Amino acid sequence: MQTRNTRMGIILFAVYLVLYGGFVLINTFSPESMEATPIAGINVAILYGFGLIVAAFIMALLYGFLCDSDDGEASSTEDDQ
Amino acid sequence: MIYEPSVSAAVIFFLFVGITLGISFWLGRKATDSKGYFAAHGQIPWFVNGVAFAGDYLSAASFLGICGMIAFYGYDGFLYSIGYLAGWIVALFVIAEPMKKLGKFTFADALDAKFNSPGIKLAAGISTLAVSIFYLIPQMVGAGVLVQPLLGFPHWAGVVIVGVTVILIVVTAGMVSTTWVQFIKGTLLVIFSAILTLMLLAQGFQTATGGNDKYSFRTFGPMSEELDEEAIARQLNATVVAPDGGWAKTQVRGYVRFQDNETGRISTWSYRSNKAADIAEGADVFLDEAQTVGSDAARNVLVNGEIKGKEKGEPELHPVGHISKLPGGVDKTGPVGPLSFFSTLQESEIVLWGNQKVKEADGTTTTVYFQKPTPGSRVLRPGEHPKFKGIRSDNFIGKLNFLSLMLALFCGTASLPHILIRYYTVKDAAAARKSTIVGIGTIGFFYVLTLYMGLGAMTSGGMDVTDSNMAAPLLARSMNEWLFAIISAIAFTTVLGTVSGLILASAGAVTHDLMSSYFNIKMDDHQKVRVAKIASVVVGTIAIGLGILFEGMNVSYLVGWAFSVAASANLPSLVMILFWKGVTKQGVITAVVVGMVSSLGWILCSADSMEKVFGMSASDAIVPFGQPGIVTIPLGFITLITVSLLTRKPEKSVAV
Repeated sequence: MQTRNTRMGIILFAVYLVLYGGFVLINTFSPESMEATPIAGINVAILYGFGLIVAAFIMALLYGFLCDSDDGEASSTEDDQ
Repeated sequence: MIYEPSVSAAVIFFLFVGITLGISFWLGRKATDSKGYFAAHGQIPWFVNGVAFAGDYLSAASFLGICGMIAFYGYDGFLYSIGYLAGWIVALFVIAEPMKKLGKFTFADALDAKFNSPGIKLAAGISTLAVSIFYLIPQMVGAGVLVQPLLGFPHWAGVVIVGVTVILIVVTAGMVSTTWVQFIKGTLLVIFSAILTLMLLAQGFQTATGGNDKYSFRTFGPMSEELDEEAIARQLNATVVAPDGGWAKTQVRGYVRFQDNETGRISTWSYRSNKAADIAEGADVFLDEAQTVGSDAARNVLVNGEIKGKEKGEPELHPVGHISKLPGGVDKTGPVGPLSFFSTLQESEIVLWGNQKVKEADGTTTTVYFQKPTPGSRVLRPGEHPKFKGIRSDNFIGKLNFLSLMLALFCGTASLPHILIRYYTVKDAAAARKSTIVGIGTIGFFYVLTLYMGLGAMTSGGMDVTDSNMAAPLLARSMNEWLFAIISAIAFTTVLGTVSGLILASAGAVTHDLMSSYFNIKMDDHQKVRVAKIASVVVGTIAIGLGILFEGMNVSYLVGWAFSVAASANLPSLVMILFWKGVTKQGVITAVVVGMVSSLGWILCSADSMEKVFGMSASDAIVPFGQPGIVTIPLGFITLITVSLLTRKPEKSVAV
């Protein structure tokens, strides 16, 4: 199953895991850092949270562009009928 | 609060439900064979499927639960939004394509693709049923919550209406109509949430001393030698009530009750020291007017010391949710931008409400709702909700509970059977991928809006202190009655959409995984569809019962549990089958069973279940914290690997 799309998925997944893991760990072990207001009077909690949502969408789009359109075996679902 | 059913609301509501049902009957008339019934012939366009993902996923928990949690506690509810969305990354990058390639109707197909083992079908089918039913509970509770204020029906009636409507949708039409219901609902939910958010921004913030019934909550203080309880009693023309029963115990926590000399009505007040609340320097002490809900000897409901009325104008709890101070000491901000919305709140002071139960001398219980003026900087930081407080303490168990929840949310999405079956409604892997991307966009946009709606509700003056689930619809009502009707109707169709998906997933599991594969009952297409319809009715009826039983729990927390069960039971097998060749069928079966049983068992033994389900004391809990994920998800993986290694056949026979 190690196709190009799978590899790409795993890499992007790992990147997001680091982003999300960072967010969760900062919240757990250093919740005070979430209170700082670095930009426009908005705190890190909101900036990072919105960032995670936007990042998910951008990475999803990126994945969509990078994937092979049908990966060679995409239509195999009908075979077993 | 007293909810006055309005005609306009009822009309819009029934219009929505009627149109939704009409569409489902009309579209579903062609779906008579099993491929059409369960998978819509795999012919749903990817864009429609993507929005339907959103409609399927954005359940009552997202809309009602998250908004409510944000409205009552601030930022913490948004943590759910973040976790729910992050879960889609797992679904898209890891699960989507293999799921589509391996399966046909149910998620058990995908697990079983390599082994063709009835045991796997049985285990996966049961886990699908368990997760779906667990997930159904909060949806049904949400339905009951909605119908109450909208139509004036009691909670159980709401649950029954949803149950019956959904059974109708699923029985008549299956996946095609379910998909379209979810598509319509997803579209409406996002559009109207955006409208609500724009209206909030245009309206800006203003200071107040109470909710939008124009009642002003009184505060005395700072207390001094001249201003003590007796002095306040004289000012109020009342007498201090001697603390009896549980009130004697709460003296340390600080309540005072005054009995009015003329009416005999008892009002309750809470002490507040601004030093403990670290709002400012100094130790000034104030006495704030609180609200109470209790009962008298004749079992009448008492609100604020008076028998609760039935119609508008009679005694009821005052709506709450106001800002006590805005930055720069202004009374009104005027329109705010999407960013200054947060920076303004950050500098404001908002009155939140805490609550505590007090046992009266006569054995009844009174709940006190007391004011908690809270700086915006605290509202907008994580860790204010009682369930999340752990992260601000040095208590490691509390931190673990939080980690556990965030892990379950991350892993849960990709293991939810009703989401997974949606991959079989499109024609190929590319369409599955594209529809997931559309889904992530739609869902992500909605989750950004939840923070605006939740905080808007918090400061709208229209909140019901007793019910956090109603925050979003009540926010709409604080703006206008029509919007309230529309938002409530959408929330209701939200429940419909998700519940139909869940029931369909359960019916599929019963028909394909249990009846047809495990018990090996030969059925033709029409019989399969008939069995599925009977299963839908049964599951729907169970869901109705559970929805009535679980009234009053925050739906978001319940969903957190469903995610834990899904992630523990299903994810280890899904992931390992994709990435490890050494998986055996015994490994899959034990992993699914162990994950499901351990997470369910953990939840049933947690403090929350003890307290809210069994009516026992929270200290009877056997497990140290509420969220099982961090223990049971790894447990599922370990079980799968261990059992697979133990049952591995000698090298040569591996290739089946």
